[in-house]
Amino acid sequence: MQEPNKLKPFFENLNFERDDNTMVINFGPQHPSAHGQLRLVLELDGEKVVKAYPDIGYLHRGVEKMAENMIYNEFLPTTDRLDYIASTSNNYAFALSVERLIGLEVPRRAQVIRTMLLELNRIMSHLFFLATHALDVGAMSVFLYAFREREFAMDLVEDYCGARLTHSAVRIGGVPLDLPAGWLEQLSTYIDKLPEQIKLYEDLLTENRIWKMRLEDVGVVTPEDALSWGCTGVLLRGSGIQYDVRKEEPYELYGELDFDIPVSDRNDSYGRYRLYMEEMKESVKILRQLIPMHRKTEPQIMAHNPKYISAPKEEIMTQNYALMQHFVLVTQGMRPPKGTVYAPTESPKGELGFFIRSEGEPYAYRLKIRAPSFFHTGILQHILPGTYLADVVAIIGNTNIVFGEVDR
Amino acid sequence: MAQHEVNYASTGGLPVALTTVDKLLNWGRANSLWPMTYGLACCAIEMMATGASRFDFDRMGVIFRASPRQSDVLILAGTLSKKHSEFARRLYDQMPDPKWVISMGSCANTGGMFNTYATVQGVDRIVPVDIYLPGCAPRPETLQYAVMMLQKKINRESGNMNKNTKQRFV
Repeated sequence: MQEPNKLKPFFENLNFERDDNTMVINFGPQHPSAHGQLRLVLELDGEKVVKAYPDIGYLHRGVEKMAENMIYNEFLPTTDRLDYIASTSNNYAFALSVERLIGLEVPRRAQVIRTMLLELNRIMSHLFFLATHALDVGAMSVFLYAFREREFAMDLVEDYCGARLTHSAVRIGGVPLDLPAGWLEQLSTYIDKLPEQIKLYEDLLTENRIWKMRLEDVGVVTPEDALSWGCTGVLLRGSGIQYDVRKEEPYELYGELDFDIPVSDRNDSYGRYRLYMEEMKESVKILRQLIPMHRKTEPQIMAHNPKYISAPKEEIMTQNYALMQHFVLVTQGMRPPKGTVYAPTESPKGELGFFIRSEGEPYAYRLKIRAPSFFHTGILQHILPGTYLADVVAIIGNTNIVFGEVDR
Repeated sequence: MAQHEVNYASTGGLPVALTTVDKLLNWGRANSLWPMTYGLACCAIEMMATGASRFDFDRMGVIFRASPRQSDVLILAGTLSKKHSEFARRLYDQMPDPKWVISMGSCANTGGMFNTYATVQGVDRIVPVDIYLPGCAPRPETLQYAVMMLQKKINRESGNMNKNTKQRFV
């Protein structure tokens, strides 16, 4: 037990056999390539990793516990800070769980806007992955190029919801606002330009000798490993298993949209890098199909359900009953029926889902977040042994883990 | 022009600029602030964006360094958990003097929305802070403004390090 108010070193009891010539080194939590606050304790034999022990919890903020003391709408902005590179995917996963719990039908225009934001977030997240991964491997110029494109995507999101990073743009029951005037034109300009930029990155990297040497046959995840360690997303598809929640259990409009799930059977980092590039192109394809869909929908953006969802602002300002209902929903919170719900979604990192146990109270009795990065951090202890120390950075970058959602 | 005819009083007369040692030291310090790449949480993404192509931190002399031994500024960008606080303090201690601290974002300032058992409620409980930067997450422009404020602050300080050594926590 640590003394309160004293900062003293506190180390876990790590059991490493020290009767050989291996060296134990500490990697992180400040390492610039640790992607946040990952601490790895590595046992090295020469330059080869013998044992790796990922130590997590440096960003543990008690998010799941906070959820038990917050009304559902109040918790939504907290989900922004989980996978902070693609906030909307977290908002959406949480909103979807609550919507399934109370059985809410979301209006079609809200669905279109949500799907657009989700795909835009996927592009932002993949560009960020490419930038940081390239920076870790040593390609600084790709970092600068990819961040430039990412800023344009963030401008679009900022035009819609006002925030660059923490969007809270998806609410329970719909979306708060309709798209601003001219937004769709800007979006279509952006997605017209993006494939050229992706081609630029591919020209810089795909056939680059150094890039190939650093990534090929590095961080091999066999299909059996990927399944047994609970990998999802690109890590699973990079091992030749075609699994994407968007196709398996379609949510929102993904059932109606035409897109492919790229799969690679290379099992290594290079194959996964190719998948990220292909997925960005698929996202562009999805966004292209969504733009004409928005115009065909009715202007309703929030579900109509007075028991759970506040009325539109105009009604609150003009009708007494709507105001009273809004007051109750804000001060006391909605009370979903008793039950449990888990709704999987395909976030840019993998399968993200919120498990909610409701006891009929305005607060969740228990909320568990199934975050993809957590499982991808776990597999590090399996794929790192046998690799060289220099490859550790490349492998961590390639698993694309974000510590907000690992530690929660 | 013969040497005795040079008007030393006029500008450009003598290839020498007069200043005080204080000003010279502060000029050097303020214009080459090297922060450490120390990303804690969401704000670190905005910190990276500040260093990247659109906002371009380099033009202010700010270059991110990976080691505390080479850096002058500690930008605490994000939520500091209690488990991490010991490391943050140790990194601060490893930085050579003179050093400054920017607390970036609500979480670092006060704990922000994370008022839980695991979060340090303000990094000023761990390290002395020079600039508090509000926002969740602050925009890259805000971080650049904070650095400009820090430059102003440095220019006001005495160049003698011993005189303005901050009060250290024991």
